[in-house]
Amino acid sequence: MNAIEKLQEVVARRHEYAKEWKNRTNGKVIGWFCTYSPVEIMYAAGMLPVRILGSHEVQDVTDRYLFPTLCPFSRDALAQGLKGRYDYLDVLTYARTCVHIQGTFECWRINIPTPFFHYVWFPNHVDSSQAMPCLVAEFVDFIQTLEKATGKSISQGALDRAIDLYNRNRRLMKQIYDLRKGENPPITGAECMEMVVASQLMGVEEHNKLLEELLEELPNRDLGRETGLRLMMIGSEMDDIVFVRMLEELGCTVVIDEHCTGSRYFWDEVLPEENRLAAIAKRYLDRWQCPAVAESFKNRFDRIIKHALDWNVQGALIYQQKFCDPHEFDTPHLQKMFKEHDIPTLTLEFDVTIPFGQFRTRIEAFLEMAGLEVF
Amino acid sequence: MTTKAKYEIRPLDCWQWGKELRMEAYRELTSGHERGKLLVLGCAASPYGLLAGLGDFVFLAGEPYGASVAADPPASIPAMEAYEARGYARDMCGYMRNFLGSMYLDKYYFTGGPFPKFDFIWSIRHCPAGHPKWHHLVSEYQGIPMTYIDDETWLTPDGDPQHRIEYVAGQYLESIEWMEKVTGRTYDDEKAIEAMRNYFHNEALWGEICLLNSAIPAPLDIKSYFALMPIPMLRRHEAVATQFLETLRDELKDRIANHIAAVPNERYRMCMMTPPPWSFLKIFRYLENFGVVFVGTYVYLINSGEVKFLFDEGKVIPAVAPEERPGWPQMKTREDLCRTIARWRAEHPFQSHMETRKKEMVILDKHWNAHGWLLLLNRGCVVMVAPMYDIQRHFQKHGIPVAMFEGNFADCRDMDETGVIDRLEAFLEGQGIQKLPEA
Repeated sequence: MNAIEKLQEVVARRHEYAKEWKNRTNGKVIGWFCTYSPVEIMYAAGMLPVRILGSHEVQDVTDRYLFPTLCPFSRDALAQGLKGRYDYLDVLTYARTCVHIQGTFECWRINIPTPFFHYVWFPNHVDSSQAMPCLVAEFVDFIQTLEKATGKSISQGALDRAIDLYNRNRRLMKQIYDLRKGENPPITGAECMEMVVASQLMGVEEHNKLLEELLEELPNRDLGRETGLRLMMIGSEMDDIVFVRMLEELGCTVVIDEHCTGSRYFWDEVLPEENRLAAIAKRYLDRWQCPAVAESFKNRFDRIIKHALDWNVQGALIYQQKFCDPHEFDTPHLQKMFKEHDIPTLTLEFDVTIPFGQFRTRIEAFLEMAGLEVF
Repeated sequence: MTTKAKYEIRPLDCWQWGKELRMEAYRELTSGHERGKLLVLGCAASPYGLLAGLGDFVFLAGEPYGASVAADPPASIPAMEAYEARGYARDMCGYMRNFLGSMYLDKYYFTGGPFPKFDFIWSIRHCPAGHPKWHHLVSEYQGIPMTYIDDETWLTPDGDPQHRIEYVAGQYLESIEWMEKVTGRTYDDEKAIEAMRNYFHNEALWGEICLLNSAIPAPLDIKSYFALMPIPMLRRHEAVATQFLETLRDELKDRIANHIAAVPNERYRMCMMTPPPWSFLKIFRYLENFGVVFVGTYVYLINSGEVKFLFDEGKVIPAVAPEERPGWPQMKTREDLCRTIARWRAEHPFQSHMETRKKEMVILDKHWNAHGWLLLLNRGCVVMVAPMYDIQRHFQKHGIPVAMFEGNFADCRDMDETGVIDRLEAFLEGQGIQKLPEA
């Protein structure tokens, strides 16, 4: 099994992986909801941080808990909890960002037994000088909950090690993303997505080893396919790998992305500081912002267009989870920005499951139209 | 529940005054600049008395403006279409779409003239689904500066909230410096403190007024509350609002003493949790034919008013202003003021966590002598709809009848009036309430 297959295996068998990890290490597993959740602290507590994701299956268990205008991702994630698929969690945490996922977290707290819950009250005014001390204090509270859950204290050494491992993880993933800048990327967008999703599900040390393996394998890898149109995927949460595979079968390759199961999750590192919690806090306050946090377009848009140009993007797929207000605000402005750079866009709205046939037709039409402009 | 009671009804003596005060506030948006007043935009729950430190100002809260437009479909539909024509989704905040659509059409609802140009935007963040973005769009479109305060220290029982209060207070202080910079004006702490004293006092007064509807018969119905609400919502920093609200309170007490009712055949008392469907206010009038009176709503009782819940006793009582509370300091400096605002917000029922809110709802049910509740599954506001099923189950657990309907509170195109009437008639029938013979 090569590195990519191993990563795919973790994504496909995520619950088995977590349960096996728990049996193997006798450690605790913490579920987290949003990429503003400080994974470094969870790892330093000796826990396995596991992102709560949906399964993209038709479900009928959430309708008596969440109204259907909450986003599909938040409902799909809750469905997994209601079906007992996360029954191995010892702690569930959420960092305050998005009201939809907050609804899922609170609903989980009320209806799905889990030993510990902790809401990290992430200060959303990230530009304010007041945010840093507040977030550090939030981390102190969070640590107390984790120490209670594990029965162990978190040492400074453990924090240092966690910061180093996650920084290394981010650097390795960036190196792999850099390989996609070439004319013929040695890794598809779907595989890259699996790599990032796996990073949110498995132990960071193990993930780092797989990334190192992958970096050895990729230079000699021939995908045996045409790259086609170089595409950027932009939007909200996205782990629908089946969709991305279908997309890339139609004559394009996703060479870069901007979403929270992609670059937006891992791009920024923790910069060393004497106060470790302050260093971690700074990373989350200064990171590539989700539109649910950033009130202005600037932080996000400047980075998006820079990446689009650096990765020589020829088309952009803007997608969003249905009813995701923050992304709905950004979409017309993103379309405008790409138009100003002569990069065509296609916008799709995602639900728990998606209309494959309809999306396929729209994507084919888009690729034909964009291909005419490019080739 | 078939006994038909007859009560005397009478218009409010202060009704006309209330209407004038409301319109005066909206008209000031068009003429305030001429008198040197600052025009400021923000969210209705913002403690905008703070702006008084800069001098006279007019504050437009986007939500009540959006509600006013939404209540008038011929004005609302073009506004929403203008918004959607710019590529924005129609499932976003209904208030916002009405507001921004008006701005894009350059048509101010209350005069038909040009949409006001604000000096700046100063607001609490309020709604995590989009208020800062809403304001950001205005800021970009009008080319005006904007700042906001992230003050939702709410929705979690986890952790110690003290550092959150410091974070919020610090942002208010920063925002004062920011306002001085963008306006070039010097900030007068005393004026701000005085305005915020009015603000706190008027919030408590409005809360007290809403609680008076525990009386049977109810002295005022929900429609009238909604009509008067812009006064505590837009002018609660002003002394004139105090004069009006005290007059209203005294008049309601008088109505209670003399059994003056809002609905002559009151026999079934209902409450809401959210705002109503603004384009469909006639639903309340229609249900009067069944002897139904709507006595209150949770959101606008605690949003533009304040009350105090005594959980151990299962009671709700009028709130008092922060300086009158045991252990709260007097406000002498802007630092005192900002810390008081931050603490007051943190302890305000508006910030209650869901588990607390559910208890509050049951206490309110008892206080208002309600027979049933009407919950709106609001397609136009994700914040309001998120907890709705949980609240429904909580009511049912306490044996409180609850009806639900789905629709959009601020988009008449997304409101099935016939369907809602059918649902409510079926609900009332289940409660043994038929249409009154004379209706």
